[in-house]
Amino acid sequence: MKIDKNTINKIARLSRIKLDDKESEDYIKDLNSILDWVEQLNEVNTENVEPLSNISSSILPKREDVSKDTNSSDEILENAPDKLEGFFAVPKVVE
Amino acid sequence: MSNSSLKQALKDLDTKKISIRELNQDYLKRIKEKENLNIFIHFSEENVLKQIDNLEKDNSTKKLKGIPIAIKDLFCTKSMPTTAASKILENFNPTYESFVTQKLLDEGSIFVGKTNLDEFAMGSATNTSFFGNTINPLSKENEPLAPGGSSGGSAAAVAADLCLGATGTDTGGSIRQPASFCGIVGIKPTYGLCSRWGIAAFASSLDQAGIFSHNVEDASILLQSIAGFDKRDSTSAKIDIPNYFENLDDDLNGKTVGIPKEYSIDGTPLEISQIWEDAIKVLEKKGVKIKNISLPHTKYALPTYYIIAPAEASSNLARYDGVKYGFRSEEIDSLDEMYENTRAQGFGREVKRRILIGTYVLSAGYYDAYYLKAQKVRKLIADDFNKAFKECDFIVTPTAPSAAFPLNEKQNDPIKMYLNDVFTVPASLAGLPGISIPFGKDKNNLPLGIQILGKHFDEQAVLNAALSLERSYE
Repeated sequence: MKIDKNTINKIARLSRIKLDDKESEDYIKDLNSILDWVEQLNEVNTENVEPLSNISSSILPKREDVSKDTNSSDEILENAPDKLEGFFAVPKVVE
Repeated sequence: MSNSSLKQALKDLDTKKISIRELNQDYLKRIKEKENLNIFIHFSEENVLKQIDNLEKDNSTKKLKGIPIAIKDLFCTKSMPTTAASKILENFNPTYESFVTQKLLDEGSIFVGKTNLDEFAMGSATNTSFFGNTINPLSKENEPLAPGGSSGGSAAAVAADLCLGATGTDTGGSIRQPASFCGIVGIKPTYGLCSRWGIAAFASSLDQAGIFSHNVEDASILLQSIAGFDKRDSTSAKIDIPNYFENLDDDLNGKTVGIPKEYSIDGTPLEISQIWEDAIKVLEKKGVKIKNISLPHTKYALPTYYIIAPAEASSNLARYDGVKYGFRSEEIDSLDEMYENTRAQGFGREVKRRILIGTYVLSAGYYDAYYLKAQKVRKLIADDFNKAFKECDFIVTPTAPSAAFPLNEKQNDPIKMYLNDVFTVPASLAGLPGISIPFGKDKNNLPLGIQILGKHFDEQAVLNAALSLERSYE
């Protein structure tokens, strides 16, 4: 089994998602079955194969490096759950 | 259902046989009648009437003036909220317009509403939405069927004749599979043809906007409208967009179709193999040369996809942290608590599953074994297609391994659910254009779909072949 309780807790922590015990159990099961299934890729010989990260066959154009002001802070803050004097507000970080 | 075409509606508007108001009121009436199908996440009659008022005052000529279009609720729209079918974006009102929807607005189309989808486009049945299932309009009473997914709301909106076209997005089959399930046309263009600007990101190297319509001609008109270069999307292609509609040509004499033997998969229902054979026979009669081809890495496409897509999703969805927009948990004793509770309560089960798996395959010690390996296999899959297209002009396969299945049938086993995408995912990994058109029925009289794949940026060949098959079937 690749994913145990410790691993799922570590991944959940990295993902910043709180899991309860029941959920952890379920995800351990799901993730192990998915990982077993994707393991079939090991049958494929990929020696000397370049990884493909961008499929676009067109040449990606360059642009001039000039700054442009497109957003106002008012607009950016419009959907914030909490804001304070032109800033996003979050719980206190430093005591 | 009137099932009129967009092309016909444009003609009727042009000759003043019908007014913009009359046309749209007809659609508004049906939208209200079909509320039980849960097709729209956001619908406001007032908003539609306001758009009609504005267009009536507008004397300029516009290509899609007055045409009712439904928008998948993954596209940011200034005039309507955008949720991605997630609690985490409940009450999100974008302050900007997506590239694709802006193009449609510029052409004078009317947005009838925002359609339901799988949460963040992750699913194949529109059953992971925070706002509940969408019901396939082809369902019999008391036997609700899934519309497919993730763009199930958009496909259902066209099938139920609640609009003359709809936008969708396709990451692994999310346009083609629901089009097949709902008996309509759905096209996913080449990666890069339509800008991703303003579309809530799922897997950025795969996401592509596309179109649902009643027929191939309408698809070509709408695709034309949403394609084009956009400097705000770094993978947007700087190419001249042909006039797909003007160039439509159903004469396929002398063309070569590729039939990939790896798409004959054990366990595929006989009906699916049958419509595939029928389509090939039709093409042969039209003077198309049949070429058996091989795409040897096909069977590895799904596991490759289910590493790459969740990996990219885990990164893309990191932005939903309860700080900048959307939902924030009430339990916020510390900053980390706020993140963890917001994401635990804001995301649904399938989305969390994919974030977790994506985080795992990208984490230290596993990156090479999973993510890098998948990217290498992806290269081999893309190379298979490149080789195959040296011998043929387009490829024909079934779209999905089944007709529409009953709602909730495939929920428990994730891998079983992922198998829905078996015929659509390979082309997504290779960034190729693909269309699904209705072609034949199963024993329950439900529509089945045929998929046509083309070379990069050769949407025209795909549309032409689709038109030819559509005309032979009608």
